Amino acid sequence: MEKLLEVKDLCVSFGTHGGEVQAVRGISFDLYKGETLAIVGESGSGKSVASQTIMKLIPMPPGKITNGEILFDGDDLVKKTDKQMEKVRGKDISMIFQDPMTSLNPTMKIGPQIMEVLKKHQKLSGSVAKERTIELLRLVGIPMPEKRINQYAHEFSGGMRQRAMIAIALAANPRLLIADEPTTALDVTIQSQILELIKDLQQKIGMSVIFITHDLGVVANVADRVAVMYAGQIVEVGTVDEIFYDPRHPYTWGLLASMPSLDMTDKAELLDIPGTPPDLTNPPKGDAFAPRNRYALAIDFEEEPPMFQVSETHYAKTWLLHPDAPKVELPEQVKRRVRKLAASFDKPVLAEGEA
Amino acid sequence: MVKYIGRRLLYILLSLWLIITATFFLMRLAPGNPFTSEKQLPPEIKANLLAHYGLDQPWYAQYGDYLLKVLQWDFGPSFKYKSQTVNDLINTGFPVSLVLGLEAIFLALAVGVILGVIAALKHNRWQDYTAMIIAVAGISVPSFIMATVLQYVLAIKFGIFPVARWGTFMHTVLPAIALASTPTAFIARLTRSSMLEVLSNDYIKTAKAKGLSEFMITIKHTLRNALLPVVSYMGPLSAGVITGSFVIERIFGIPGLGSHFVVSIGNRDYTVIMGVTVFYSIILLFSVLLVDILYGLIDPRIKLGRGKKGA
Repeated sequence: MEKLLEVKDLCVSFGTHGGEVQAVRGISFDLYKGETLAIVGESGSGKSVASQTIMKLIPMPPGKITNGEILFDGDDLVKKTDKQMEKVRGKDISMIFQDPMTSLNPTMKIGPQIMEVLKKHQKLSGSVAKERTIELLRLVGIPMPEKRINQYAHEFSGGMRQRAMIAIALAANPRLLIADEPTTALDVTIQSQILELIKDLQQKIGMSVIFITHDLGVVANVADRVAVMYAGQIVEVGTVDEIFYDPRHPYTWGLLASMPSLDMTDKAELLDIPGTPPDLTNPPKGDAFAPRNRYALAIDFEEEPPMFQVSETHYAKTWLLHPDAPKVELPEQVKRRVRKLAASFDKPVLAEGEA
Repeated sequence: MVKYIGRRLLYILLSLWLIITATFFLMRLAPGNPFTSEKQLPPEIKANLLAHYGLDQPWYAQYGDYLLKVLQWDFGPSFKYKSQTVNDLINTGFPVSLVLGLEAIFLALAVGVILGVIAALKHNRWQDYTAMIIAVAGISVPSFIMATVLQYVLAIKFGIFPVARWGTFMHTVLPAIALASTPTAFIARLTRSSMLEVLSNDYIKTAKAKGLSEFMITIKHTLRNALLPVVSYMGPLSAGVITGSFVIERIFGIPGLGSHFVVSIGNRDYTVIMGVTVFYSIILLFSVLLVDILYGLIDPRIKLGRGKKGA
């Protein structure tokens, strides 16, 4: 499969009064054409910053890309100026945001908000753009689009607004859609509709999707591959099956163990991850997760673990995969789901700086 | 909409009645009367004068009489300007004040909004600091000091504009600038903070994610939303410009309504004070109504005329 996006050792930091916050600390990942990659992690793990950096949407300053490359179709987006980025945004890469209540302009009718994209990137004239807008609204499942284009955002329900946002994002047939927690602010029935819609449109248009979420249920539903982020780093990445049925990183265990499932018995308890994420103004020495990790080894407090490769597609950044590491007992909630996957290597090997 | 405006007009009438009543009784409460300065007046002549203006009547008769006359748009005779009625004063003075006020409001809006937009777009850069220093200076320097400085520098030193008086457009420039300085500064600060707030909104990020240029984002997405607080400031602004013009008109010797007002207070010219107060109140109440209607046009979320019962 062909790579659409390659992120290499990306570092993003923000200058604040309290010092420089290293929000993203050297992440690398690939995205193939037509694929959906989910980025999961708790609030403050850097997943939103990482994805917004791909479109260079973070305000600079105070934000700053301190290192790394973002190769989109071979072009390094880091080097592009703001003017050059205007041709990428909305055309090659689009984004939908978490809160549809606030991501549409309240004083502009919905139609013009979509037509803007068509006029900018496809140079359509007024009447053609209007036709296409109606078509787009119909595509995303908004009834009576001819009437709806003349309405304002406050006349739309939450789900309908998110559909309108999707119409904006897809207007210029982008090759990459970044969905930043698109269902978090919606109620559950609407959530699944929106997820289905995104999946459906992805197949029609053949675009790649980066799906940012902290909801593992959503991940299982939409993603091909999953990257788990913690404290600005990717700590584990693999296919959905690998992450759900053969997780290797203690943080991923923690996430899975804290996820309720239908087949849970009454006695089974959800496990929480104690503590809070570290302050990224002064990232801790060693493994950032160590202080919250009940499986932490002595070396975790001393030296940052390297990336280990578990299978062709599965990588995890933990000392537990080192040949000398002790065998640990997985949390009960995770143990029940683990199964042996055929693709796994016999033994984890040290990855060659690539994830 | 029509129903809404009708209801608002009713409120305006009610407010006017309260204002008239309050000024009427406050005037009576103040010691002295229009003829106190003329000490030597024989009691017979004074009684004649009082009788001529109806001041010998009991207060309720005077009050009722006044209300009736105001309803017919008759503010009565001036006590001091012989053979002139308050209506005459308003008719000659108001057009002058109106020109000055509109010029000042236009200037304040144009300069204030531009300064505010620049400051917000160049947040925490030198353009921002410069604009805000200008704004702080504009707010802290009172308009009458501004007026004298302008007169000294631009009129006396360089002779670009006439020092005072009223006549040509050139006469209006200095008083309009002096009058506009404080509101300009205020609008600049208001626009800046409101722009910054709007810029942090998600829909601005959406606009950026669409690939729009900064200019387009500012024009189409930021400015309209950011101007809402500025529009609501327009009501108090017209009040500010009108009350500010009391002093400015005096300094520049402009024959506007404001200078009549100031002079008549010193003279205890009851009818002029009350007439001008009522007239100003009408202007203010209507400008507030206008602002509210304008607000509804700019922000589609505000629907005028829908009662609280949820139509």
